[in-house]
Amino acid sequence: MIEKFKKYKFLFEELVKRDFKKKYKRTVLGMLWSLLSPLMQLAVMSLVFTNLFGKTTAHYTIYLFAGNILFSYFRDATYTGMSSLVANAGIFTKVNVPKYIFLLSQNVSSFINFCLTLVVFFLFAMLDGVAFSWKFLLLVYPVLCLVIFNIGFGLILSALFVFYKDTQYLYDIFTMLLMYLSAIFYKVDSFSATGQQLFKLNPIYVYITYFRTIVLENAFPSADIYVLCIAYALAAILLGGWIYKRYNYKFLYYV
Amino acid sequence: MVVELDQVSIRYIVGDFKDIGLKDYIIRKLKGNFTVNEFLAVDNVSFSLEKGDMLGIIGTNGAGKSTLLKAITGIMRPTKGYVKVTGNIAAFLELASGFDGDLTVRENTYLRGAMLGYTREFMDEMYDEIIAFAELEESQDRPFKHLSSGMKSRIAFSIACLVNPDILILDEVLSVGDGAFRKKSEEKMLEIIRNGATTILVSHSLEQVRTMCNKVLWLDKGKQIAFGAAKEICDQYQKFLSQK
Repeated sequence: MIEKFKKYKFLFEELVKRDFKKKYKRTVLGMLWSLLSPLMQLAVMSLVFTNLFGKTTAHYTIYLFAGNILFSYFRDATYTGMSSLVANAGIFTKVNVPKYIFLLSQNVSSFINFCLTLVVFFLFAMLDGVAFSWKFLLLVYPVLCLVIFNIGFGLILSALFVFYKDTQYLYDIFTMLLMYLSAIFYKVDSFSATGQQLFKLNPIYVYITYFRTIVLENAFPSADIYVLCIAYALAAILLGGWIYKRYNYKFLYYV
Repeated sequence: MVVELDQVSIRYIVGDFKDIGLKDYIIRKLKGNFTVNEFLAVDNVSFSLEKGDMLGIIGTNGAGKSTLLKAITGIMRPTKGYVKVTGNIAAFLELASGFDGDLTVRENTYLRGAMLGYTREFMDEMYDEIIAFAELEESQDRPFKHLSSGMKSRIAFSIACLVNPDILILDEVLSVGDGAFRKKSEEKMLEIIRNGATTILVSHSLEQVRTMCNKVLWLDKGKQIAFGAAKEICDQYQKFLSQK
């Protein structure tokens, strides 16, 4: 494993550079641009929803922002990751390299983007008067879990996209529905106890909840949230890894 | 032995599964007109190469040459038999593909070097030589898509060959580039062979195979027709072609 990592380190770095250059078109503005998109979204959402839900929720903008950045990261990482195999078919059908390396390098770009929005998030939180505490350090845990979850989900999607070319359209619909189910702009309090539990079937909701509990309530998330964070991440990466292992030599028939 | 193939067969599938969506797949399955054909693209091929050998693989279109190369490089796994390779392979099948049009020549050179398994230090060291050999000093920072196809194959060849690999695999690479570059690249290949590398060359130019290779493998519809000394098999193959 470590030997393999060493062997493909150079390739990985070059792929990351390539993806980064292509994403931002070599401009500083390109980077700002990708930061602008979640901020605009936030601006519109908080404008519209503050009137609807904001009156009863303290720090509503931050509540909204936390949901939004985590969901955006999930969508961006998995959506760009989906095409990582198909887009690099010209490479892996010609030279023998581990196929997951393309997805990993895609994910690096998305993660850096996420980190930038995270900085803006904390800036907003500070301006909004959110009390910072040492508990914020615990946020590393859901972020790490989400990174693993996104990689795993990306593995599954990129394989599906090789086999079925309409995966992209289906995934568009899926992410839209998932967004509404992730409690990004509303609170789940008004649902019944069972209903609230059902929300936890949605991994993104779990990660968002962890974030909000720490940032907005300055409390420790409940034990089941901790367990679910890692469980979803492991389930995704194991399933994705299994698919890649199983179809490793079959992908090339489909591209 | 550097390369050893023992009774290698490779199953290949073609059919309706390519470029379809989940919707088409379900409809076709329900209607029952979803067909997948399996065939042996490579059927029971055995040969071995020693250090310094240069093998030419000949055969008409669809003979299984490219599939066989994919098994040797490890991209495909043989359905039966085994492939054993000792040493570092520098192979890029269809050399001119797999570059990124938006990146510059320099960036693509590093990326390709990385794909072939070289280290960054090594590429830093070899970079100027690679560019000089490809005669692309003036285009280093131009986007790759601005290059002509001849230039693309020149740089592809230079990256693969200037690094003295243990095993070099070339698929139809010498049929590109102008006359002067072709001569230069043939000389370079002979130099690589003299340095002790094992080379596998797929070519439709029988003349090229005859002058450069010492061993020849002749494939037809996946089956091994002959393997042995270059001259005899080239003669046989020529006779076969003229009879057709």
